This record gives sequence, C-alpha cells and structure tokens, in this order.
Amino acid sequence: MPKDMMAAFELYQPDTVEQAVNLLTRFGDDGWAMAGGNDSLDWFKDRIKQPGHVVDLSGIGAMHGVRQMSGGGLEIGALTTLSAVNTDPMVRAHYALLADAAGRVASPQIRNTGTLGGNVSQDARCWYYRYGVHCYRAGGNRCYADTPQGQNREHCLWGASRCVAVSPSDTAPAMVALDARMVVQNAKGMREIPAEEFFIGPDKDIRRMTVLERGDVLTAIRIPADWAGATFYFEKVADRNAWDFPLVNVAAAMRVQDGMIKAIRIAAGAVQCVPRRLKAVEAVVTGQPKNEATAKLAGQSAIRGATPLNYNQFKIPLLQNLVTRAIRDA
Amino acid sequence: MSDEIRVTGPGTALEPREEDGGILADVAERKASRRQFIKGVIASGAVASAGAFVFGGLAACSKGPPAASGGVERLLMLKVNGKSRPVDVMPNETLAMTLRYKLGLTGTKLGCDRAECGACTVLLDNVATYSCTTLTHSVRNRSITTVEGLEGPNGELHPVQQAMIDELGPQCGFCTPGQVMSGVALLHANPKPTREEARLAMSGNLCRCGAYDHYLNAVMRAAQSA
Repeated sequence: MPKDMMAAFELYQPDTVEQAVNLLTRFGDDGWAMAGGNDSLDWFKDRIKQPGHVVDLSGIGAMHGVRQMSGGGLEIGALTTLSAVNTDPMVRAHYALLADAAGRVASPQIRNTGTLGGNVSQDARCWYYRYGVHCYRAGGNRCYADTPQGQNREHCLWGASRCVAVSPSDTAPAMVALDARMVVQNAKGMREIPAEEFFIGPDKDIRRMTVLERGDVLTAIRIPADWAGATFYFEKVADRNAWDFPLVNVAAAMRVQDGMIKAIRIAAGAVQCVPRRLKAVEAVVTGQPKNEATAKLAGQSAIRGATPLNYNQFKIPLLQNLVTRAIRDA
Repeated sequence: MSDEIRVTGPGTALEPREEDGGILADVAERKASRRQFIKGVIASGAVASAGAFVFGGLAACSKGPPAASGGVERLLMLKVNGKSRPVDVMPNETLAMTLRYKLGLTGTKLGCDRAECGACTVLLDNVATYSCTTLTHSVRNRSITTVEGLEGPNGELHPVQQAMIDELGPQCGFCTPGQVMSGVALLHANPKPTREEARLAMSGNLCRCGAYDHYLNAVMRAAQSA
C-alpha cells in the first residue's frame, strides 16, 4: 500500500468559526476539522482516513490567544499552541499546572504547531487502531490489543469496554483537575461542557474519544477562577522525555492551609480511555494533613479496582507512586 | 548510454528503453541520476510530475481530486528565505515537499515524514517547525527560513553552522540541517541559553549517530560567540 502521499482532498481555510461550522456541517462524514495537523496528517498519510474535504481551522483569529474572563478565570482559544500555553504569563501565574502539562507534550516543534484544542481532541493512540486494522474502534468486531499475544503495555487499567485504548493527552488531566469547561460550537449554537463530561469512554461511543461530533468545533477552553494560584503538581512518565505519549501522568490542584489539604482535584491520564478523576484519593486526603502518611494512603487508594492487561501491570505501582508524590511533593 | 533521464512532459511516466540493456540497467541509471532528474524537472517546470514520481505516484494512487468546490487556490506566493516565490501547491502538500520538490531547497531533509525525527525542521516566523507535518497552504502568510537561508551576505556560515563544524557536530550529517535550524530558533528566542535550556530546545531532533553532545556543545559555542 502506498504510504506517505496523502490522498487528494479539497482544502478550506475559513476566517470565522461560523464559516468553519457551516463547511463541516455541509460535508458531514466527508469533512474533517484540522487544527495543528499533528494528528490529522498522520491519518491522511497512512491513508486510513481519507476525507474529501479538510477544513483548516488555523486561520480563525478568534480561536487564538489567552483572554481574561470578566468573572475571573481565563479563556484559552482552542488554537493556542501548546508552546504559547506553556509560556503565557497569565497561564503561568495562575494555572501553572496547565502550563507545565502543555510543556511536557511531545517535542518542541510539535508544541510549536500543536494546539491545546487538538491535544485534548486527538484520537486514540493504540497502535493497532493507528495501524488501520479493523478493530472495534475502527468499526470492526474485535480488539487486537486485548488478546493473549496483544502488545498492550500502553493500554488501560480501567474502563475497558471492547476497546482498551487510553486517553493519550497530557493536558486533559490538567483540564479535569482545574474544572475546565470546553466551549463547543455547532450549527445549533454554542454550548459549554465540563471537561469531565467532554471525554467519553468506549462504553458511551467506541468511535470517538470526546463528545465532539461532525459539525462541532471546540472553540475555547475556559478555566474558572476556583483553582487560580492553587498548589499544583504535574508529573508525566514516558519511555523518552521527548515525543512519547505518557505511560501514566498525574495532575493535581489543591488548596493547602496550615498544612491541611482543604480541597483537592486530582486526575490521571493514560490509565483509562478518559482522563481518570481519582475521586477515592480526593475523599481520602481532603481534611487531612499534607504529609507522608496521607500521601501513602492516597497512593494506595488511587489504584483500587485497577484491572491490568497482560503487559501493563507496571502501570499500577507507577500510578501509586505518582499519586503519592503528588500529595507529598506538591 | 546517456546519463540523463529524459522528461517527456508533466504527468508522463518514464518510457522504458530496450536499447539501454533492460530493466536493471534502467533502474541503476535512474538511481545514479536522481538528483539531476529532480533538478532537471524543476528547471523544466514539470514540477507536479516530479513530486509524484519521487513519492511513488500521487496521480496513480489518489482517488482523484474532488470536483471544484470553493477550496483553496493552488497558486500561491511563499515567503522563503526572504524572497517571495510563486508556486503551484496541491491542497494535500506538505511544506517539506514544496520546499524540496518544487523550490529545489533540498537542504531540508525528509526522515520519518511523521513529526518524529526533526530532519525536516524549518523556521516559521523564526519558530522551529516540522515541515513534514505542516500543510504548505497553512503557511502562506508566514516567513519561512530553511537552512539555505542562513548564510550571510557574502556566503559566510551562520554562527550555529560554524560552531557545528568546529565541534564536529555532524557524523553522517543527515539530521544536521534540522539540528542547525533548532539551534538557530533557540538562539533567536534566547541568545544566552543554559545548557539545560539548549538540551530541551534540541530535544525534537533525533541523531542516529548519537552525536547529541556535539550538537549541544556547538549550540553553546554559538551562543558564546554571538
């Protein structure tokens, strides 16, 4: 099969969100929304996805940049590059968690073109799926990763439902920890979706990773003021420090007063198809002193119910350690 | 035997020639003169067929362009290395392909073509970018700098290039243009980086010879000399 040369498509470069929504609505399943292109072009080069009409969102000015919201908090345009999120002074000052997470994605060049919206909307990175096999997620009737021979070192600990792929994003757990809200526009209008509900597992719809459907455009991410300037912790473990997707990552935001954890949000990536909010950890550590003993307890509660596959047992102690460190070292 | 391959026209495949000694000789000849072939095609203006030839036949494996429907115009001006250059670009064409196969700027290398190696790194408005994973149409209004655009007015090397020679940066040299561009982008944004900052800035470029420390030394040397 010829690789590397993309199939022909018609390219559109709208200036406004409305134009983009109109185009995507018109083209339906033959349309494709592209931001930085780091996910899209791989699909096209492998000829696994061959849309006839590609809508390049990068020229939509209103979807770039970071703005202060009137009621406090920040609105980050979905096309803001990960490099820009990483260095933006407002994001750095108030939501260093998100800045740090954006700075750990892939490589410098990818962060220079990869967008925040694209990072949370990217498709599953399961290599069987990416290879183009006819698995459940691709519309087939089997999973190639969850078999006795399947190589599933990168796959999930929770939420397997025919598919065992994980959320590959570094910024997604940070969004969940910050109670971010995703602004989605389509032909019917605009809606705001909490980050936790934005990501969906295979039990809800095995063909998508987010609530986004054809004709939907994620235009911005709103970070409420609730966690501004909180105590943050982000850590990602990957095979290499550049390029690689997380084996496990952890993002935490907490309010600490007089050595006590007053409130906390903590989420982990790459352990489930959605960024996993660790509610058991939140319940265990809230109101407790921020010390070694609480951290140890937090790590133990993080892994409850984890169901490993053949090759990913290592993710359980990894997650436990990362959560312990998040509580102890934040 | 002629050492040039005849180009019969846009979209026309090379004609087999029995008198050349059969298919093996023909293949060997094509390999030997691939560079002349590409240059010749660029000079003759038959650019679309050159790209298709090199990449395994775009025309042959595409499902055909969709009917005209208000998409982008193919003719555009690109700002490359300080010059405005008119070029005919397909909607599905990456910047690396435009630079190499339409503008003849073969200093930009294609390694993985998947944003995973860094050989294709160029600057867009002085920011390092993988040109293999950028559609040319998306960078119409940006200023593009390739390794060819780094030389000074009298042909002198850029300080980063000179430093890479002095520090024995390249071994095989394939990744070097990309490494140079990442180094230039870093020093543009941060003229006095720490070694750790330089390491981070160069982390998007693979070197299979493993000369990472040499490249890092070179970037630090260039930062001191600038």
